[in-house]
Amino acid sequence: MDIKDIIKPENFVYGKSKVLTDTVMHYCPGCSHGVVHKILAEVIEEMGIQDKTIGISPVGCAVFAYKYIDIDWQQAAHGRAPALATATKRLYPDKYVVAYQGDGDLASIGTAEIMHACNRGENIVVIFINNAIYGMTGGQMAPTTLLGMKTATTPYGRRADLNGYPLKITELIAQLEGTCYVTRQSVQNPGSVRKAKKAIRKAFENSALKKGTSFVEIVSTCNSNWKMTPVKANKWMEENMFPFYPLGDIKDR
Amino acid sequence: MAEKLLKKGNEAIALAAIRYGADGYFGYPITPQSEVMETLMEEMPWETTGMVVLQAESETSSINMLYGGACCGKKVMTSSSSPGISLMCEGISYMAGAELPCLVVDVIRGGPGLGTIQPAQGDYFQAVKGGGHGDYKIIVLAPASVQEMYDFVGLGFDLAFKYRNPVMILSDGAIGQMMEKVELRDPVRRLTDKEITEKYGHWATVGKPASRKGNIISSLSLAASEMEAINLRLQAKYQKMRENEVRFEKTMCDNAEYLLVAFGSSARICEGTLEIARSKGIRMGLLRPITLFPYPETAIREMLPQLKGIMSVELNAGQMVEDVRLAVNGAVPVEFYGRMGGSIFSPEEVFEAFAKKFNL
Repeated sequence: MDIKDIIKPENFVYGKSKVLTDTVMHYCPGCSHGVVHKILAEVIEEMGIQDKTIGISPVGCAVFAYKYIDIDWQQAAHGRAPALATATKRLYPDKYVVAYQGDGDLASIGTAEIMHACNRGENIVVIFINNAIYGMTGGQMAPTTLLGMKTATTPYGRRADLNGYPLKITELIAQLEGTCYVTRQSVQNPGSVRKAKKAIRKAFENSALKKGTSFVEIVSTCNSNWKMTPVKANKWMEENMFPFYPLGDIKDR
Repeated sequence: MAEKLLKKGNEAIALAAIRYGADGYFGYPITPQSEVMETLMEEMPWETTGMVVLQAESETSSINMLYGGACCGKKVMTSSSSPGISLMCEGISYMAGAELPCLVVDVIRGGPGLGTIQPAQGDYFQAVKGGGHGDYKIIVLAPASVQEMYDFVGLGFDLAFKYRNPVMILSDGAIGQMMEKVELRDPVRRLTDKEITEKYGHWATVGKPASRKGNIISSLSLAASEMEAINLRLQAKYQKMRENEVRFEKTMCDNAEYLLVAFGSSARICEGTLEIARSKGIRMGLLRPITLFPYPETAIREMLPQLKGIMSVELNAGQMVEDVRLAVNGAVPVEFYGRMGGSIFSPEEVFEAFAKKFNL
């Protein structure tokens, strides 16, 4: 049998989402962003909402999300994505608005914007990539950097007395009346990818039901700045990140 | 007959926003402009025109809500006063860079810092010369009456969409708080979502149909050559503004030998100074720039052959006078008189300063 006989639509077991562009991603091999982009694109495709979804990209590695997911995008100033999303959703209540943010963007410079957007119960989807480090700027301490973790600005490890404690912002957000769904997921193996995709789908469905803000944290790896191989980074995340940032739904109503 | 009301400048802004078909107002309380949002909340336009009115958690958030709303092709605006505008400057720079239309109202108070809540014009540089980072310009309109506060909302939106650029109404605590007669213009209805998609769907984030590529609104371009090309395009746009949008008003300028240049509330006060000067036989005129960017430098330059001297009169330490001097380029003496920190001059005081500076 020739290879040409095998490559037929009826034999496909897997395909790239039509909502993903063909642009080669700038993300490092092993980075979680690519997987999250993939499942986000799949959810948009499966729900048939490509023409109704407006994305807000952050400042950070995912600033270029607009190159990879084929929807209309707004590129926000650092930390301000929830403000853009608020206005967009209020002015277009029947569209789907998704803010995609990293830990520095969401949990440091943009803390006020995310807290108040969630507290107002804006009917938006927030995807929060927590890899405990600033990726784009070269591996500095993030608000979510674990104690003892070495970064470019904590070269001897994060110390509570010098640098404060890692911020569990997702738990804080779950306290807010405006949020309807707050969950923490990961994408380091097929099972976790399926769960994370389910969570993102639920967040979009909540948005249509106008139940309030849906917030999906993805505990992620940044193997380049963690200075590990992708495999080792996944293991390190499971052993060190998950105990402090436990996976699962924190709020679902 | 059009309806006439007695209103504060700030209230006029709010009424105009609804009647000029604004889609969204996003703001944060700060004296002396809080009546703008208070009036909007009392009017409840979401029940009538469908306009969104939202109190944000900060001015930083307000301006970024404008960024989001403007990306959608909607008519969005905010208002604030000096310290709040400082916080917004980041967002204004981003919106200028991303070429987004919006209207920002600055009701200036005395500074620097927390300063005072009294009127001043100390934010001329911030509005006209930048405020935020990078080589950008915004159109700056300077109202001198409550009627102009109202009218410039409509004009401001028109210019913002004509150039896809932020426009600022640069007012002050005096114009914002004083009450005057204001004539309400015929209402302009809001565009429907369908109309917005037809008009702005080629650039706005209105949801991507299968027929086109995704619209991406961003001020980011990492390649230096691309960023320079964007800058050149922006500068060409600003040049078009200079060519087409200069607005000013001349009073008693035909036979004037001396010229006062003043904007906003200073210009109102200088009208009294003109009367004093003319009663003493001094041929004084007043040029009131209505657009501070683009600046009416040609209008000033054209008067030079008839002039013995010019005085710029401002409620600051001397900011616009730099633009007057650039226009005059040393051809005649250019003096300055101003007060700061919320203190206001009287027409007599301005005349005395003028007489002293020109030995009259």
